[in-house]
Amino acid sequence: MTDIINSLGIILYATLVYATPLLYAGLGSCFSEVSGVVNIGIEGMMTAGAFTGTVVAYFTGNPWIGFICGGLAGAVFGALHALATVRLGADQTIAGTAINMLGPGIVIMIAKVLFNSTDTVPLMADQKIPKLFSGLFDTSTVGGRFLDNVFATYASTYIVFLLVIAVWFLFYKTRFGLRLRACGEHPLACETLGVNVLTMRTLCVTISGFLAGLGGACVTMTISTQFRPISIVGQGFIAIAAVIFGKFKPQGALLGCLLFGFCSGLKVVLGGSAAVSMHLISMIPYVVTVIVLILFVGKSHVPSANGKPFLRSR
Amino acid sequence: MKNRKSLLDIISESTFIHIIMAILCGFIVGAGFLAIMGLSVGDAYGRLLSSVTSLKGFTYVIVYSVPYIVAGLSVAFSFKTGVFNIGAEGQFVVGSMAAAVVGIVLGDLPKPVLIPLCFLAAMVMGGLWGVIVAFLKTKWGINEVLSMIMFNWIAFYLSNFIAGIPGIKNEGSAEATRNISENASMLFPKDFIRSAGIAPTANWGILVAIAAMLFVWFVINKTTLGYRLKAVGFNRNAAEYGGISVNASILTALAISGALAGLAGALQLMGMGNRISIFSSQEGFGFAGIVVALIGCSNAFGVFVAGLFYGALMYGGSKLNLVGAPTQLINVIVGTVVFFIAISAIFKHIKNMKIRARAKEGIK
Repeated sequence: MTDIINSLGIILYATLVYATPLLYAGLGSCFSEVSGVVNIGIEGMMTAGAFTGTVVAYFTGNPWIGFICGGLAGAVFGALHALATVRLGADQTIAGTAINMLGPGIVIMIAKVLFNSTDTVPLMADQKIPKLFSGLFDTSTVGGRFLDNVFATYASTYIVFLLVIAVWFLFYKTRFGLRLRACGEHPLACETLGVNVLTMRTLCVTISGFLAGLGGACVTMTISTQFRPISIVGQGFIAIAAVIFGKFKPQGALLGCLLFGFCSGLKVVLGGSAAVSMHLISMIPYVVTVIVLILFVGKSHVPSANGKPFLRSR
Repeated sequence: MKNRKSLLDIISESTFIHIIMAILCGFIVGAGFLAIMGLSVGDAYGRLLSSVTSLKGFTYVIVYSVPYIVAGLSVAFSFKTGVFNIGAEGQFVVGSMAAAVVGIVLGDLPKPVLIPLCFLAAMVMGGLWGVIVAFLKTKWGINEVLSMIMFNWIAFYLSNFIAGIPGIKNEGSAEATRNISENASMLFPKDFIRSAGIAPTANWGILVAIAAMLFVWFVINKTTLGYRLKAVGFNRNAAEYGGISVNASILTALAISGALAGLAGALQLMGMGNRISIFSSQEGFGFAGIVVALIGCSNAFGVFVAGLFYGALMYGGSKLNLVGAPTQLINVIVGTVVFFIAISAIFKHIKNMKIRARAKEGIK
């Protein structure tokens, strides 16, 4: 019994830690897709954020400045994506592919110059994003250890859960959210009613980059302590998958990200016992996603104008 | 009315000029980064050029290009049908693994039997990977981008799993499969390579790539099937109204696209790799295929040239560290090229606006 509770605690801990970066990036993806811009550049924006976050935290010694700068680095690439897709009518998939090459390319080059290596120097413990409520629980008891595992987690996790609520409120309970969703469904109607679609989309894609950057920074500032070229390998795409899974809603994305996080957590716990091949265990989240899609989710409603460039004719 | 074309008209009409301009911009931005880092632009670009123009370098470029060309053809084929095959990565991986398994297990078969058999296995597996996704889409309406991303990872872990199975796994300490049989290898004879002074991995793959290019060109431009697929790509509803089954088209398109990606995987293995390692992250040939298809405008011949260009950059880029420039510069250059290709859409928009403005004047 004790073992089970301990394992459960570790799985939940890992679920939260692994789901957090996905959730930041997923919320970012929501902003972009709901406003009508496909953003497959999330991966590149995360890489930019992951690198910038660690480097700034390393040089300033302050994790929060690093974290925010990680977001800003993502926002720079988000703005670039917005410039291409919203202002210049570029194909959104092509532009996103470009971002996915430029992001890692540029930051790894900078890493080479700064550290003479593609990896950054590992962060000190106090340069990482701090854990909240650590030491609050009595870890000598089973229950205390469980609570410590689950609740004494990184501050970034608490922030992202608050963000999910905030984004949900913004999307569905405010005038801004209504306009944002309308931009993704019928931009021409929006424009006719006096909403500036181009401004809205530019803003949303930039926010999308900012959140993806925060997600990237989360990876290198919580799960690991340094940026390496393989820090961000596919998390951006998984976040996009989680958003499609969640039908382009922040609360749906939460569910999708927790599912992927949980599977990663399971992997961490089961990985110790080599009874089943590690590779087969790693496959679980992706197989489960496909099965869940077939059984429960089915067709997801893509915002009608998603992927279509909108340019004024005058 | 003036009939003379303005410079803007010429620039805005030619996709070829857009791409050349984009490539120039890529190298200019790359030069900018080199200058910021305090490195000599001449040294770096000189090294890039000299490493791909020697006989040995040039053969290396061709060898490097083969999987990129065929993966690019795969993605280009899917683009024509209006499907974005972001799953080429997974199809490449399963194709490569299928060819490896056949090349190891049936290694005693003679060369003329084994090589086609490896290709077949790779194309069937790659095609299957594409068809599964198409089936999920047509049967249950599951978003293909989402399921392709999932199947990329399933392919990746499946490949790693198979590489660890006894009999397939390398007997030594290497985290990889055994080498494929000599009979499955497409390398030129060793004596010839030595005497000609070309790349040690020089192989017949480029001929397969040319055949694949001709196949794609033929199917897209000269067959009813190609016409149907393109019709679906241009306008799904119109195609459906015209009596073309959209679902059947998507299934066919992804089957062919997947088979091509799988073939690319086999070519990479049988030409260069010789075995498959257990990787910690995706290798990205399929993603490179997307880039190659974009630079080549999804046109079969264009993709072939773009694949050579990409291969040259990848090979030349690997030599950049000899002059102290980071290899990653190549990704920045290619990324910039793709970015400028993306924004060249604005020319078309400007042209449309002009036509509209002219039409209005006509009405007045």
